[in-house]
Amino acid sequence: MTPREVEDLLRALAPQVLGILVRRHGAFSACEDAVQEALLAAATQWPERGVPDNPRGWLLTVAGRRLTDEWRSERARRDREVAVALREPGYAAVAPPADEAPSTGDDSLTLFFLCCHPALPRSAQLALTLRAVGGLSTAQIAQAFLVPEPTMSQRIRRAKQRIEAAGARFVMPSPTERDERLRTVLHVLYLIFNEGYTASSGADLHRAELTGEAIRLTRQLHRALPDDGEVAGLLALMLLTDAHRAARTGPGGELVPLAEQDRRRWDRTAIAEGVALVTEALTWSPPGPYQLQAAIAAVHAEAPSAEETDWRQIGALYRVLAAVAPNPMVTLNRAAAVAMVDGPRAGLALLAPLDVDERIAGHHRLAAVRAHLLELAGEPEAAREAYLLAARRTTSLPERRYLDLRAARLASDR
Amino acid sequence: MKYMLLIWNRPGFVEGLSEQERTALFGEVDAIMKELTESGELVGGQALADPSQTRTVQLRGEHPEVTDGPFMESKEQFAGYLMVDCDSPQRAVEIAARWPDVRMGFGVLEVRPVMDEAGTEM
Repeated sequence: MTPREVEDLLRALAPQVLGILVRRHGAFSACEDAVQEALLAAATQWPERGVPDNPRGWLLTVAGRRLTDEWRSERARRDREVAVALREPGYAAVAPPADEAPSTGDDSLTLFFLCCHPALPRSAQLALTLRAVGGLSTAQIAQAFLVPEPTMSQRIRRAKQRIEAAGARFVMPSPTERDERLRTVLHVLYLIFNEGYTASSGADLHRAELTGEAIRLTRQLHRALPDDGEVAGLLALMLLTDAHRAARTGPGGELVPLAEQDRRRWDRTAIAEGVALVTEALTWSPPGPYQLQAAIAAVHAEAPSAEETDWRQIGALYRVLAAVAPNPMVTLNRAAAVAMVDGPRAGLALLAPLDVDERIAGHHRLAAVRAHLLELAGEPEAAREAYLLAARRTTSLPERRYLDLRAARLASDR
Repeated sequence: MKYMLLIWNRPGFVEGLSEQERTALFGEVDAIMKELTESGELVGGQALADPSQTRTVQLRGEHPEVTDGPFMESKEQFAGYLMVDCDSPQRAVEIAARWPDVRMGFGVLEVRPVMDEAGTEM
């Protein structure tokens, strides 16, 4: 096996091994550390010596041994009496048998819920999910989020302490809590995806890999919960969005707006899978926000050209989305769609109330959409002002370059 | 989201402090740094040498000219920075408000969002 294949195998096994250990011993934090050490040992040994016949059993044994060592030394620290330490259950008693039944998808699901525990800040939920469910190392996660490794290591350590302090256990949340918790898991996966997707223009390769990781984890969640329409919707949304990846940036790394993308470069396989997933889910599931966003992405994906986009259908889907999950960002996107059907003035009218909505009033996207609609409405001067305002507000370098360029084009038109 | 906290203070203000006050001041800085390290929010930071050690380089005619001393002649000078990665802008401001330079009135902190290489097509 190549190191890459070994890594893929390890990442798939990581949540299974962790699930078995935590079910057996509790002590999530200690088990998680032990699994990380076992993964590291495997990553260095397997490519050279070959993959063992029972890779999961190997990881369980090694991680179990680490746990025993850890507990032994801790006990020794606390209790100077050697005799007591020797009576502790030895490795054989603690390490699970190597042929222990494979865990079901339920273990990884429980892990998702634990990592996205409400006691954790959002950034900690992201980091812990990537490490405990995704099997990524702290160094990899730190590279992806562009922070020093000690910072990420501390973030993960603190997250595990908080989970233990909150008395969280490795069990499924109660049915009343479950829906809310699942929404958090989906949101965390969405954020991981976005972190990688928006970075895919730059040189941030490690960060861009988060896209693939988010899709892999969402697939895993979809396998565990095939009857949840929103999980299917999120997976579809990710696939349909990621399908644009090759077309969304120009040769200089500049952002190419959807309408100007070369659609021949869209990933048709990902689109086909995404469209099938969301179409199927919408036949039996009540339409949730992720399914609706995926449905909108599917309409874009199926238009042979930007001019042939079915804006009427997109507008209708945004109307449903605004009813299901009202939020100013939805209003903003809906205004852009309405403008394509009823003209820019109709779109601008929808934007007006957002100026007094403090959740979005100062957001660069509001100014950017307004700029675009003003440009369509034949008001280059006002459009230019709005583009410049948006450029000053964004904290993204490629977005600022794009918005400044749009403003400059309007100035040279005069 | 990453923020840079720019520390501006009066050069030499420490000279006017008693030993006790200095110990308290540095103790506060240490405590905040420890907290930010433990929470996993601290990305980095540096303190700068006294402004008298500054050299300012700017174009005069056709050539860059080097002069001693800082560019800006203000009472407060740029003294160092802190880089944090926080979940909200409010949290970054909260950290700045607790910095002793602000709390004791020796200086000000500017909280500035750091630009990102990532972006969304529109």
